[in-house]
Amino acid sequence: MEPLKGFTCLLLCQSLGEVAARLLGVPLPGPVIGLLLLLALLQWPAVRAPVEAAATPLLHHLSLLFVPVGVGVVVHLGVIAQYGLRMAVALVLSTWVGLAVTALVLKALWPSAGSEALQDAELSEPAHAVVAAKGLER
Amino acid sequence: MSAFVELWVYLSATPLFGLTATLLAYVLASLIYERVGRAPWANPVLWSVVSLALLLKLAAIDYPVYFSGAQFIHFLLGPAVVALAWPLWQRRAALRQRAGVLLLAALMGGLAAGGSAVGLAWMLGLPIEVVASLAPKSVTAPVAMGLAEQIGGIPALAAVFSVLTGLIGAVTAKLLFDLLRIDAPAIRGFAIGTASHGVGAARAWQVHPEAGAYAALALSLQVLLAALLLPMLARL
Repeated sequence: MEPLKGFTCLLLCQSLGEVAARLLGVPLPGPVIGLLLLLALLQWPAVRAPVEAAATPLLHHLSLLFVPVGVGVVVHLGVIAQYGLRMAVALVLSTWVGLAVTALVLKALWPSAGSEALQDAELSEPAHAVVAAKGLER
Repeated sequence: MSAFVELWVYLSATPLFGLTATLLAYVLASLIYERVGRAPWANPVLWSVVSLALLLKLAAIDYPVYFSGAQFIHFLLGPAVVALAWPLWQRRAALRQRAGVLLLAALMGGLAAGGSAVGLAWMLGLPIEVVASLAPKSVTAPVAMGLAEQIGGIPALAAVFSVLTGLIGAVTAKLLFDLLRIDAPAIRGFAIGTASHGVGAARAWQVHPEAGAYAALALSLQVLLAALLLPMLARL
């Protein structure tokens, strides 16, 4: 029952987000407003267990959700044939620039990340998640 | 034989086909990924997309027909964006403690990724709609689509760029971080979540729980920052 309650909660937040985006003209995509609403709702302890039960499996299989859009590449084969190499250069280089800039900024401003972060992960992560993740690593 | 052809024609036009094919491709690609020890090049999203795209081409199935089934999976992207509130909430202590540093890194990384994509695309002479579709590429696909539309890009193309960006990060980030001597899992995760959103974060999550948690945090921050800033920057 918990995952179902949680999923209903996610959809309600998203729906309210869409309403806010369209009716009130909030300049954010509906799901993003939904994210902010849910963040506010999580202050309330009763919603936490259902939301965790729905959000965890959904986010665990997040990469599956990108497959249908990715297959949409077949529709754009014309543009890709025409500009493919240039688009690939722009995509690959900009991704590396983004990764490198983020990582180097953090490395400079948060030099102790490697040592201390693990401890606070173990404190704030539910125990079963840490155990499961450690199992996965082997 | 003709009965078989008729059956195929019938089945390939029902939503059942797109849904089953997507799940089957993903499950098989994931099994292979596990079998080769989660090597980055074996990314299950990459090979699912490649095999499904080949199938559609070879069997001459139109994308809208495929999508009539695949949309049930695609639909879940919306609730998944809302669900990002959960990792943000879980990491609220770390976020509060280091809000300035993390926000600055997210902002600079996002601007560097989006800015260099737009700059390169413009220098290489790509058409303006393609350039606008590249701008939100480090944001997770459903949000990228909405943003591209706002700033004059092509939503479907923006979604494809977003997925490709995720794949580039998932496949090559390990190499790049090793070259730059970035070892801390928290930093690796945060960078991958910033520059290659959900597909990258999924990879980070599989490699290291710490990296995965920070990737989820970075991915949700990136969604918020891009949604707030991109329409404003585009107006300039």
